[in-house]
Amino acid sequence: MAEKDVLIDIFTRADLIMQSDIKFRKMIGGGQLQIVYYPVRGQEVVASAMMAAINQEDYLVTIYRGLHDQLAKGIPSKDLWAEFAGKATGTCKGKGGPMHITHPETGVMVTTGIVGSGIPIANGLALASQLDKDNKVTVCCFGDGASNIGAFHEGLNMAQIWKLPVIFLCQNNLYSEHTPMEFATSSKTIKQRGDGLGMRSVRVNGNDASEMYAAAKEAVEYARAGNGPTLIEAMTFRFHGHLLGDTGHYIPKEEMEQALKDDPMPILRQQLLDIQVSEADIAAIEAKNAAIIEEAAQFALDSDYPSGDEYRIDVLDVEIAA
Amino acid sequence: MSTPENKEAPKQIMFAQACNMAMAKAMADDPKVILLGEDIADEQGGGVFKVTAGLSDKYGTDRVRSTPISEQAIVGAAVGSALVGYKPVAEIMLMNFVTIAMDQIVNHAAKLRFMSGGQTSVPLTIRTTTGAGTGLGGQHSDMLEAWFAHVPGLKVVAASNPADAYGLLYSSIMDDNPVIFIENTPTYFTKGPAPAPDHVVPLGKASVPREGTDISLITYGRGVGASHAVAEKLAADGISCEVVDLRTIAPFDEETVLKSVAKTKAAVVVHEAVKNFGTGAEISSRIHEELFSELKAPVGRVGSGYAPVPFSPTIEKAWMFSEDDIEREIRKILG
Repeated sequence: MAEKDVLIDIFTRADLIMQSDIKFRKMIGGGQLQIVYYPVRGQEVVASAMMAAINQEDYLVTIYRGLHDQLAKGIPSKDLWAEFAGKATGTCKGKGGPMHITHPETGVMVTTGIVGSGIPIANGLALASQLDKDNKVTVCCFGDGASNIGAFHEGLNMAQIWKLPVIFLCQNNLYSEHTPMEFATSSKTIKQRGDGLGMRSVRVNGNDASEMYAAAKEAVEYARAGNGPTLIEAMTFRFHGHLLGDTGHYIPKEEMEQALKDDPMPILRQQLLDIQVSEADIAAIEAKNAAIIEEAAQFALDSDYPSGDEYRIDVLDVEIAA
Repeated sequence: MSTPENKEAPKQIMFAQACNMAMAKAMADDPKVILLGEDIADEQGGGVFKVTAGLSDKYGTDRVRSTPISEQAIVGAAVGSALVGYKPVAEIMLMNFVTIAMDQIVNHAAKLRFMSGGQTSVPLTIRTTTGAGTGLGGQHSDMLEAWFAHVPGLKVVAASNPADAYGLLYSSIMDDNPVIFIENTPTYFTKGPAPAPDHVVPLGKASVPREGTDISLITYGRGVGASHAVAEKLAADGISCEVVDLRTIAPFDEETVLKSVAKTKAAVVVHEAVKNFGTGAEISSRIHEELFSELKAPVGRVGSGYAPVPFSPTIEKAWMFSEDDIEREIRKILG
């Protein structure tokens, strides 16, 4: 099992993610926010354990279902919430939105809405690190569905031949949108595909904080030592539909029941209690996270929308004509 | 391939050589300039058209990297490195192959600055070559500049002669925006006056290589040579053509174009690309919007046929824009 302070760190991040996801769904359901939202409940531990194994200056490339990755990487909640709400105070001045979160201060370089597209870009960030010898790693998150798109194969092949310091984190939640993995994916595992490309590839229970953290740490050390990339296939599950409003009717009842029984959050919480973290200390973490989220949500609601003229700025390096 | 520093600079250089010299200068001036592309390093031949010859020998294979045949991985690597301070030049061997990399170009290179609210930028250059007339058929010859000109966030550049190629490619590499730099295969080995080593052509500025009073021929790339030839021929008939070389297709230099047409009161837009929905339509529209009441006749357009580039020389010739087409269009407008 991972060390106590590591598990507390992972739990702190994961609880912030879980509570944020719950709050987003509540506010969208209640009409306070009108946005398309891709829930992350169930995938908190994968992201938290991964990001606990890297530094703030390391790079992250993630996808439209990325709230967990972005929070785990350390984007301040206020900035993130405001961007989700399309406000001028958001990370991207309201011009990116939930699917395009960028926050270079915490290493979040790209969030893409195009499945698999982050992989070739992650290589470019890692190539820069390799050339600069800056010892940074790039973590690239995507789902199992991304392994069926060409960018995955082109990108992993290039990363491997150039031994780039990148960690490909496939968060395998077993569904690409509405389609179960066995319907659309020819291999039994995603790891096999990494093996086939000659890449160091591992398959872990991403919902187990210690197992996920160990795999992440090993991949990071491997990359920093100049050995090249790793594909981590982290098994997890998505407790809600592809996007909020999708009931997930295509997920068999028994499969969902089992997944909920294996919910990584109460398991991790219990693990903390088992290693003598007190109930009061855990409750304090949860209360602190709740306060952060309350403040962030209020900040997002209270902030102004950007001016319409903003569309002419940042298209090129100079303002475009009206 | 000669570069300015390894022997006395020649007076005449080829287009391909000019591109090579621009990259050599950019690499010498800025250590963050890197090149990526299929077969571009010297061990792989310095590119199939030898445009990058000598550069990996000089700057090393860390900076001049031959890649797998993986266009989206090539452009993706350029996008990612550009986000963190590099000025990558990705060679997409032939323009039709950009189709494989369109997601990286359109959804990412063009939009990341905007979608990040200006926190990041993507100062990459994509060099690509194309052009019909040499029997390469439907998948190695298309002029696709209109696709890119239609995407906000991209700049599109096409040079018409070696000196401009040198100055424009250098500016493209140093520009803080993603630039699609279109080279022309059939004229790669055509010579023109050599530029001075410090010759820089700013992006977004057209040139007027031939002044005239009766009609403006607005064009770029290979259309410039064809337009010059027609202008020369018609001069004998007392028709005075002005040739405007856009050099940057997007954003195009409206000021120079409108100034020229305000003077001549007539215009033909000439390009090699398929005429329908081409860049000529946009340029023609802008002229009409600004100068409609002053025009002698509606703006004409010359482009190639609305069909894939044919293989057999007889069909290819019939399909392709020609000097005859330009002349016919001019005479029609001037009545």
